[in-house]
Amino acid sequence: MDSITTIAVASIVIAGITTGFGTMGPALGEGRSVSTALTALAQQPDAAATITRTLFVGLAMIESTAIYCFVVSMILIFANPFWNHVIAQTAGQ
Amino acid sequence: MHLSPDEMIFWEHGFLKLNATIVFTWGLMFVLAVGSKLITRKLSTGLKRSRWQNLLEIVVTAIEKQIEDVGLRDPKKYLGFLGTLFLFVAAASLCTIIPGYQPPTGSLSTTVALALCVFVAVPFFGIQEQGIGGYLKAYVEPTFIMLPFNIISEISRTLALAVRLFGNMMSGAMIIGILLTITPFIFPIVLTALGLLTGMVQAYIFGILAAVYIAAATRVRKLTPEADASIEA
Repeated sequence: MDSITTIAVASIVIAGITTGFGTMGPALGEGRSVSTALTALAQQPDAAATITRTLFVGLAMIESTAIYCFVVSMILIFANPFWNHVIAQTAGQ
Repeated sequence: MHLSPDEMIFWEHGFLKLNATIVFTWGLMFVLAVGSKLITRKLSTGLKRSRWQNLLEIVVTAIEKQIEDVGLRDPKKYLGFLGTLFLFVAAASLCTIIPGYQPPTGSLSTTVALALCVFVAVPFFGIQEQGIGGYLKAYVEPTFIMLPFNIISEISRTLALAVRLFGNMMSGAMIIGILLTITPFIFPIVLTALGLLTGMVQAYIFGILAAVYIAAATRVRKLTPEADASIEA
C-alpha cells in the first residue's frame, strides 16, 4: 500500500473507533449521574433548582469529553493534516 | 462540506476576508445592541409598561438571580460581562431557525475569542476584589507544589470552554447536514429542534461556568478568615 492509502485507511478506522469508544464512557457517566440526580430529586423535591442546575453543569462537563472525541474524529475525516501533507508532497513531485 | 462558517467568504480584498462568521457576528451584535437600545429608550417605572420592557426585565432579573445563586455576592457588577456572554451565545443558537444563517459559535475562532474573554476576566475581577497579592496567593493555595497544576488547570479550562461550545454547535450543523442527504424530509426538522435545545443549554453552561470561575477567583480570601474564626471558636 502506498502512503496515501495507508493514511486514508488509518484515519477512517481510527475516526470510527474514536467516536465509538469516546461516547461509551460519557454515556455510562451521564446515566449514573442522571439516575443519582433522580434519586436525590425524589428524596428532596425542595432542592430541585439546585440539583437541576448542578446536574446540567455536570452533564455538560461529562459530555464535553465525548465532544472532544467527536472533534478529533471530524479533524481526522475532514481536516486531516497528515493527509494534506502527503497530498501536497505528491502534488509537488 | 463546510466544517465551519469560516469557509463561507462573502467579500475578499487582499488579505482582508469577510467570512460568514464575522458577518453573522456583526449582525447579532447589531440586533442585540440596537434592540436593547430601542427598548430601554423609554422605560417606565409605573404599572403600565411595554411588553418589550417586560421581556427585558425577565431576562435581566433571571440572569441576575442565576449569577447570585452561583455565589457572587454583588451580581450587578458581573451582570454586564456574564449577561452579554450568555445572550450572545443564546442568540447565536436561537437564530438557527432563520434559513441561510449559520451560527458564528460554530467556528472555533469565535468560541476561542469568547473563552479568552473569560480567561482575561477571571484575573481582572479577582485582582479587583482582593488585590494582586491576594489573587496570586490562590495559585499556591494548598502548597507551593500545586503552582504548575493550578496554571495548567487555568489554561485547560479555557481550552475546554472553547472546544465544548464549538463542538456542540458544529456537531449540530454537521448532523443536520448528514441527515439531509439520507432522510431529507422530517428528521432534519426534529434535529433542528434538538439543536435549539442544546444551544440554549450550552449558552447556559457557558455563562454558568464563567460565573463559577469568577466566583472561585474572587472569594478565596473571604472564606479563609471565616474558616479560621470557626476553628478558633
